[in-house]
Amino acid sequence: MKTDRGETLLKARTGFIRTKGERMPTQSCEADSVSGSVSQRACVYCGARVVLNPITDAVHLVHGPIGCASYTFDIRGSLSSGAELYRYSFSTDLKEQDIIFGGERKLAAAIDELVQKYHPPLVLVYSTCVAGVIGDDLEAVCRAAAQRHGIAVLPVESSGFAGNKSEGYRVACEVLMRLMEAGNSPLPAMEPGINYLGDYNLAGELWIIGGYLRRMGVKLNAAFTGDSSLKALQTAPAAAFNIVQCAGSMGYLAKRMQERYGIPFFHVSFLGLQDSADSLRLIASATGDEEVMARTEELIAEEAGQAEPFIQAYRDKLSGKKAAVYVGGGFKAISLIKQFRELGVEVVMIGTQTGRKEEYDEIHNLVEDGTVILDDANPAELERFMSRQGADLLVGGVKERPLAYKLGVAFIDHNHDRKHPLSGFEGAVHFAREVYHTVCSPVWKYVKQGG
Amino acid sequence: MLDSTPREIIARTGAVINPAKTCQPIGAMYAALGIHRCLPHSHGSQGCCAYHRSHLTRHFREPVMASTSSFTEGASVFGGSANLKTAIKNVFTLYNPDVIAVHTTCLSETIGDDIPSIIKSAAIPPGKMVIHANTPSYQGSHVTGFSNMTKGMVNYLAEASLENKREQVNILPGFLNPGDMREIKRLTALMGVPFIMFPDTSGSLDSPMSGQFNMFPKGGARVEAIRDSGNSSLTLALGEYAASDPAYQLERKCLVPAVVLRTPIGIQATDALIMALRQHFVAEVPDEIEEERGQLVDIMTDLHYHFHGKKVAIFGDPDIVASLTEMVLSLGMKPVHLLTGTPNTSLGGAQGNFEATVTAMLEDAGLAGRVKAGGDLFELHQWIKNEPVDLLIGNTYGKYIARAEDIPLVRVGFPILDRGVHSYLPVVGYRGALRLMEMIDNALQDRVDRDARDEDLELIM
Repeated sequence: MKTDRGETLLKARTGFIRTKGERMPTQSCEADSVSGSVSQRACVYCGARVVLNPITDAVHLVHGPIGCASYTFDIRGSLSSGAELYRYSFSTDLKEQDIIFGGERKLAAAIDELVQKYHPPLVLVYSTCVAGVIGDDLEAVCRAAAQRHGIAVLPVESSGFAGNKSEGYRVACEVLMRLMEAGNSPLPAMEPGINYLGDYNLAGELWIIGGYLRRMGVKLNAAFTGDSSLKALQTAPAAAFNIVQCAGSMGYLAKRMQERYGIPFFHVSFLGLQDSADSLRLIASATGDEEVMARTEELIAEEAGQAEPFIQAYRDKLSGKKAAVYVGGGFKAISLIKQFRELGVEVVMIGTQTGRKEEYDEIHNLVEDGTVILDDANPAELERFMSRQGADLLVGGVKERPLAYKLGVAFIDHNHDRKHPLSGFEGAVHFAREVYHTVCSPVWKYVKQGG
Repeated sequence: MLDSTPREIIARTGAVINPAKTCQPIGAMYAALGIHRCLPHSHGSQGCCAYHRSHLTRHFREPVMASTSSFTEGASVFGGSANLKTAIKNVFTLYNPDVIAVHTTCLSETIGDDIPSIIKSAAIPPGKMVIHANTPSYQGSHVTGFSNMTKGMVNYLAEASLENKREQVNILPGFLNPGDMREIKRLTALMGVPFIMFPDTSGSLDSPMSGQFNMFPKGGARVEAIRDSGNSSLTLALGEYAASDPAYQLERKCLVPAVVLRTPIGIQATDALIMALRQHFVAEVPDEIEEERGQLVDIMTDLHYHFHGKKVAIFGDPDIVASLTEMVLSLGMKPVHLLTGTPNTSLGGAQGNFEATVTAMLEDAGLAGRVKAGGDLFELHQWIKNEPVDLLIGNTYGKYIARAEDIPLVRVGFPILDRGVHSYLPVVGYRGALRLMEMIDNALQDRVDRDARDEDLELIM
């Protein structure tokens, strides 16, 4: 692969890229992007919206010019078993005169109209860059609206410039804490259940894991925030413990709930057969209930038994292939390394947008020598290392897809454009099938002929 | 999903529900991708750039490259000047484009960054250049942003360097797909008229597979060509909203006469383009074009009874909806609901009057219909509930309404996020009109087949 540009790396970026087995300083991460880079990262609003969007019965009202609402108009594949209100796009569509005179009055009118139209139990008002800069007092407008309508109306302080996507996750978690506090009416005496944090029910993934929990005899109080409603979220403080899947977005909430409600938590991952089985066992043993543990073993035997022949068949086709991974958070990256190993696929390049130091350490321990690890990569870096490492497949999000295709490399969306649930044993089979469909498609043959 | 939309229409003052437009910067980013070896630069928060790239990537299914100033809290208090200067330096070092096209965002506009003076004090390597456009998201729409960046190209690049104008035409295509730009170029070339098209995203956002990733594909208008546009004897602006403002700017700056035409969708608007070229350049219309037009008229007559009297709702970008309205009228259809999210003319905002243009078309046809600029899809849905239609034409966001009301949807416009190929094939010109007719006819006849009882299913239609 010869590109003049490909060999140019900014000095400022060198600490963010390393190769296992080579002597290098420790991984840099959790820093702001370099100005002028073609970063694959997003903003605070994006992070907050991603976390809160699956609350299905809320009005998600974006306070700003139209763009931020347009780009988040039903883009997440979070499925709902009930309300569909979250799929609408609501905006105050601020205009020039609003920027000059302030948008508070328009915001209050918008809330009133939407409440009258849809009677939601909850309105979430997202602040955007402009709302933050002109200094609209969202808190006051929301408080007044809540009193007028007798429902929860909460501001989400998600002005884009206030940090990157991770900051948005934290903002969203604070809003979720407030929602739980607002529901402080005495909780009905209920069997202690668990909360499932960091699952957004993409392609119905929550329903798979929820099904497992039901069969194990473990009650699920609330999922954060996949297929959730205000009412369900407000039962969360009564849980015996929290399980955390997407640590990047929800690790903070787990800590806050532990401080506030004394709810312990641990991490789980339902990507791949091994992680799925390990996680279910962890949950079962946390209940301390022998029967649950026995049922869990039965479930694992049955589900893994069904999945394994499929995985084996795909493994035969895929063995020896090489994968590159570029995803949002570190925890998912770690699981994917293990899941690819189950398929006989080696991960030769791995990176994240917002991974944390301890996650990069674990990634470093897991991968083979020679694997390239990078933080907040730009397309030129992705291109360079995918080519150099001879990847057959890239796992990434929407912006990475055409990049991979242009290089003649297969692609899996492990972000919100995913089309099949990838969680649990069932999800592991979907994942293997997707990898097979893309890696073994006849179309690559024509690329290699010089297309 | 939209089953709960109420039929009763109540005036709203606060909220837009399900927007039919998006913000200026994405249009500016798209326009900038129509310059060869240009990297668009978003002067704002990281999220803007990420959203625009994702959205464009979903529509074109191509890598979309753009850099960002990555605003932080500090930048939004003290101004983004340092960010932009660092960005310009880094972009030239790292990606080595020939041009950086900076567009602003609502954030940098509100804090009042003075882009020209920042550019003047930035370190720009010899032979490279930085151009800019102001694209505040709180005015106009993505179409306005496209127009403003095109105007930026005129401001920075166009020069009248010759005493006498050259026999060549500038074509400002407006916010169209690369496939459409390709078709307009083909027709102009067939007319034998030398032309300069800018922006031109053909070859840039429909580039062929090569097994390599080229940050700067082969396509795009050349800087020298845009510079030479000041020497042309005519500018054709295709689309009032997306192209007229830069064309008039070129007229003011370089004395190139500007003629504003409709986006050449449908037989009338395409005729207007061909006639304008013929008149100004005394060119003969070649047989090939005559033949294409003849084929179109042939098909129009062959199939007119499939179309006549069918009610249709059209939404999308104002220039496109206006031309589509004209086209469906030429087929005897009844366009009863016509809506764009882009507002009518405003100072510093959009340049065009959708409502006046489209209402006049309906009046000429002796029809009455609902026409609105600055509307949203919630309102369109309410209109359809009050007066049902046989067909909806618009972008992918129409699928919710189509499903809720069980009407066929023909996808035309931006963005189309759920189907492929659309950006490669034209809807403009006579060929494009044929393609559109096929799309509309298939949608209508598939519906007739679907709804037919066994005994009514027709083989020959």
